[in-house]
Amino acid sequence: MTGVPARAGAPTRQAADPGAHADVDAGAHVNADRGAHVSADVSAGGRPWSGVRPGRRIRLLNSGVSARVAWVLRALSVLVPLAAWQALSASGLVNPTFLPSPAAVWAAGNAMAASGDLWSDLAASLGRIGLGFALAVLISVPLGFTMGALPWAQALLEPMIGLLRYLPASAFIPLLIIWLGIGEASKVALLVLGVVFFNTLMTADVVRQVPRRLLEVSATLGAGRLRVASRVVFPYALPGMIDAMRVNAAAAWNFVVVAELIAATSGLGYRITRAQRFLQTDRIFAILVLIGLIGLAIDVLLRLLRTRIGRWAG
Amino acid sequence: MTLRLENLGKEFAAGRPVLADLDVTIASGEFVCVVGASGSGKSTLLSLIAGLIPPTTGRILLDGEEVTGPGPERGLVFQTASLYPWRSVARNVAFGLEALRLPRARRQERVGRLLEEVGLAHLAGALPGRLSGGQQQRVAIARALACSPRVLLLDEPFGALDVQTKEDMQLFIRQVWQDVPTTVIMVTHDVEEAVFLGRRVLVLSCDPGRIARDLAVDLPAERALTEKRSPEFLAMRAEVEDLVRAEHRAHQARV
Repeated sequence: MTGVPARAGAPTRQAADPGAHADVDAGAHVNADRGAHVSADVSAGGRPWSGVRPGRRIRLLNSGVSARVAWVLRALSVLVPLAAWQALSASGLVNPTFLPSPAAVWAAGNAMAASGDLWSDLAASLGRIGLGFALAVLISVPLGFTMGALPWAQALLEPMIGLLRYLPASAFIPLLIIWLGIGEASKVALLVLGVVFFNTLMTADVVRQVPRRLLEVSATLGAGRLRVASRVVFPYALPGMIDAMRVNAAAAWNFVVVAELIAATSGLGYRITRAQRFLQTDRIFAILVLIGLIGLAIDVLLRLLRTRIGRWAG
Repeated sequence: MTLRLENLGKEFAAGRPVLADLDVTIASGEFVCVVGASGSGKSTLLSLIAGLIPPTTGRILLDGEEVTGPGPERGLVFQTASLYPWRSVARNVAFGLEALRLPRARRQERVGRLLEEVGLAHLAGALPGRLSGGQQQRVAIARALACSPRVLLLDEPFGALDVQTKEDMQLFIRQVWQDVPTTVIMVTHDVEEAVFLGRRVLVLSCDPGRIARDLAVDLPAERALTEKRSPEFLAMRAEVEDLVRAEHRAHQARV
């Protein structure tokens, strides 16, 4: 929900001046009209653009919205689906076993929270994403940085990583269980597999975007390759690398839950499969809501980090 | 300092030289402006002197030593500032000094003096994104000067500035050149600027770039902006303009 940058008061309403944002009927008229513009201005100061209908203005595609409108829209984006859910379950059209009411979901969530199960499962899931995502970042950032900075590393690694990226990580679950058993290792491995290739390629992309001029000027200031990598490329690419991590953290959070759906004894995914056995759809819904909220929290935290570090990048 | 270009030539594609047969000697303390139509390879020339690209033929000698790569004794400033946007103005200027492992106090003192010289002491802590185009170029020049370059290479440094700022910067760079013991080689497409700033103007021909004319600018060393209206200035400017225009026409005819 923090996704839309505040564009309050963006200066996109200059259309008040009728001559400035003229509505040209056809592109072919432009040159002729420009000629007319000059002469009309000089002679009579009359309407310069012959093809202009008064009162019509061209508006930019990305015209801003006011802060108040933006907040209303944000509120609607949450409230409308919630209201639709409430209306649908209250109408009695759908069996409550399939679609529990918001109130029932709230109650189920409270019950799980009171028993303590929810918190231990949450802790288990967060522990897995913490470990798995940290491992994935530790592998992918140096790898992607090297690929982005050194063309030979790019040529060497990109074909294989580009291919591996397209293998669905979930399809590795059976293999990972055969290799690593049903314990923590296979779950963390799934998460690493699901994130590491994407994050490597995205990091490499960001690193490649450092302007050549900046690298050249650094060399003329006496900086060798290592110094350029650590003092120029890394700081320049850092905000973009955090952005890549933010995108991939969402995938990581998905993979944690997927891993826990199969052969787990703790975690939010495991809690969902247990609830399924007893047809407790209200609990499943409550856990889904929690998963969404945690994902959002991770996103917001990384966004704040990026804003702090990338202040210069705007 | 003596910079010698010996039989210098550059081809990016085989058989299509961008620069050819350049033989030039530039003495210590000169202010040399290089003008030429687009396609004359004037920016390529600066990249060669900076050591960013290797020559195809010939060589570049700085005080008798062959140039084989970039180095801080040949400072470079581009048209767009190429500053480090995450570093403050002072830390941008300090970049080259960090590699020299100067003691911190000496470094700060030197950065402070340079910021005084370029008139930006009050913006030492600001990020480059906050500065105007002219201020950014001042930072880039101070950053290059920090390494005490024997020659300062300017690649259309004021090309992206508005006319008034550009004139300020012309006076500024002349002042810097008089204050700091460095040789300046400046590439520009602006003939007026070249004649106003240079003590010597090299006019490049096109396809390939060769020295079409090597002119000494016979104007007073101290030049105010009003100098641009003197008959001597205008005559010289016309001469260079005619040369550049002829080269431009010839280039267009070949394209």
